[in-house]
Amino acid sequence: MNQITTDLLATTPDEAGRFGDYGGRYVSETLIAALDELDSLYNRLSQDPDFQREFDEDLAHYVGRPSPLYEAKRWSEKLGGARIFFKREDLNHTGAHKVNNTVGQALLAKHMGKKRVIAETGAGQHGVASATIAARLGMECHVFMGEEDVYRQSLNVYRMKLLGAEVVPVTSGTRTLKDAMNEAMRDWVTNVDNTFYIIGTVAGPAPYPRLVRDFQSVIGREARAQSLAMTGQLPDALVACVGGGSNAIGLFYPFLSDDSVAMYGVEAGGDGLDTGRHAAPLSAGTPGVLHGNKTYLMQDEDGQILHTHSVSAGLDYPGVGPEHSWLKDMGRVQYVAADDEETLAAFHEVTRTEGIMPALETAHALAYTARLAPTMDRDQIIVVNLSGRGDKDINTVARLDGIEL
Amino acid sequence: MSENSGRIARRFAELAEAGRKAVIPYLVAGDPMRDISVPLMHRLVAAGADIIELGVPFSDPMAEGPTIQRGHERALDKGVRLRDALAMVAEFRKDDQDTPVLLMGYANPVVGMGFAKFADQARDAGLDALLTVDMPPEEVEALNVELKRGGLDNIFLVAPTTPPERVEKITEVATGFVYYVSLKGVTGAGHLDVDSVAEHVATIRRFTDLPVAVGFGIKDAESAALVAREADGVVVGSALVQLMADRAADGASEAEILEAAASLLADIRGGVDSIEPLQAAG
Repeated sequence: MNQITTDLLATTPDEAGRFGDYGGRYVSETLIAALDELDSLYNRLSQDPDFQREFDEDLAHYVGRPSPLYEAKRWSEKLGGARIFFKREDLNHTGAHKVNNTVGQALLAKHMGKKRVIAETGAGQHGVASATIAARLGMECHVFMGEEDVYRQSLNVYRMKLLGAEVVPVTSGTRTLKDAMNEAMRDWVTNVDNTFYIIGTVAGPAPYPRLVRDFQSVIGREARAQSLAMTGQLPDALVACVGGGSNAIGLFYPFLSDDSVAMYGVEAGGDGLDTGRHAAPLSAGTPGVLHGNKTYLMQDEDGQILHTHSVSAGLDYPGVGPEHSWLKDMGRVQYVAADDEETLAAFHEVTRTEGIMPALETAHALAYTARLAPTMDRDQIIVVNLSGRGDKDINTVARLDGIEL
Repeated sequence: MSENSGRIARRFAELAEAGRKAVIPYLVAGDPMRDISVPLMHRLVAAGADIIELGVPFSDPMAEGPTIQRGHERALDKGVRLRDALAMVAEFRKDDQDTPVLLMGYANPVVGMGFAKFADQARDAGLDALLTVDMPPEEVEALNVELKRGGLDNIFLVAPTTPPERVEKITEVATGFVYYVSLKGVTGAGHLDVDSVAEHVATIRRFTDLPVAVGFGIKDAESAALVAREADGVVVGSALVQLMADRAADGASEAEILEAAASLLADIRGGVDSIEPLQAAG
């Protein structure tokens, strides 16, 4: 493993938005000026105490932060190993970690004077979080969502509509998250003068991976302080699910230079890595260029992007944030996969044992935790990012269990 | 180091001498039929095309409007990949040594093939240039080394949003010609603003002597003529792709589709040639 020093962190990404060889800005020329404008605004505001105060106050009074760190005692006892703590991002306003980032980006949009925001969404959590913040700030909001996901996540589609957003079903390509992102990019290129694109994860062209990471890092900063206060020590391991990877980076980032803290990013194993029907680019993909950044991708030998499969719409994406690609190559984070079956089992287990119903995305992290915890000692500590709540998934779970609602 | 084929520079020089503007049709390799592309390229040349722009199908063509997106999807369904597009260029080159051909596409298929391998195969196929939509100058260093070695031009886009200092940066790495994107939007959008085109082409000419071609939003003889007044070449893409897709959907034969495409190209040629010859601007 290469050590991640604080000096290295301070210079990553570099000025070109690169995390080692990954990241960068692979977009059409039309968008470069808008990205330059965003980059220089963010460089200024991220050093501005007034902006930070505004962001912190929104997180406290609108999102409901800090989110609790909760010890899952019954589940830990059943697994018979490490003490497991949940970082309760599911208790945020709108029910997931996504809102930390939309609050931050909406403040940037406000400072740029943009009256129209657009977003892509898979599971609908980022779409709901974007629609929510747009409603609060009186902005016009358009959410691009793959037609397949519109069907899978009908509850969130209705929530977005109630919030006044227009949900645009995307019928091109595989009709899932990647195609929604293509369509959002096309809208942005057309309406770049008056529109702010709220990207929902730590991917996309620079400076998005950096600013989304910064907004989500509140998760790890809180978890670090809470762990020290509650247990007197740093966690031994962190576990988070990885689609684009924003909740994982949010938890991991403030711990990266703490060498004693092991980190596990859990990708969507779908029907199993050996079947090819999954969404696990870090576990089974190769580096390439998509959606504005160089990163690990699910692609064929001709550089065409492959169809992905996951039980959870939010992880059903063939790419991943470039910082994760860098952390994988550095050996700092171990990337693993949980398949659909063990994910559903973990969903049921945690729901019944702790009275907490996780999102199916989150249940991937829980499935890996169920494998990891028994291999650790009882005085060791795992912090799992409970990144979202599962209400949105009950139709999917019922269907998989053969139950008609 | 290989010699640059020089076809693009030669073609623009010939046109300038004749007081004419380049007509540059865009087609998606293998669309609407897998085997139509090479005969189509020849027919378009016969109908007045000066340079051929061959689109490389990609699963996620982010800069394309619906018309060309569907063209990419159709070609991918027929199994057409980057190596097939290169094979089409090689096939075309057997019977046409003079007409420049450029590939237009997205970074990932080229990244997937490897820059060195791409440059070698492209040179062997008789390709003249590459335009990678999602590789701005900041990301292009490694690719440019190989393209230069392979004797290939690298065509860059300039957009309505590109500030003058960036135009300078782009023209420092661009070779062949500069491709000005005439509107904010995707290919095939309908809001062409000729005054804005004139202004931006003038800005580009402040920084480079390279020819300037204009694309996105040119759909007929009239719009082609308006743009040809300001630029050295006009690119027509979506209109051609749409016409052929419509004819194919109606059950037209390959010969009928070729005829329809040639007829549209001849119209555009007529529009472009209808303008008064201008003094050489660059």
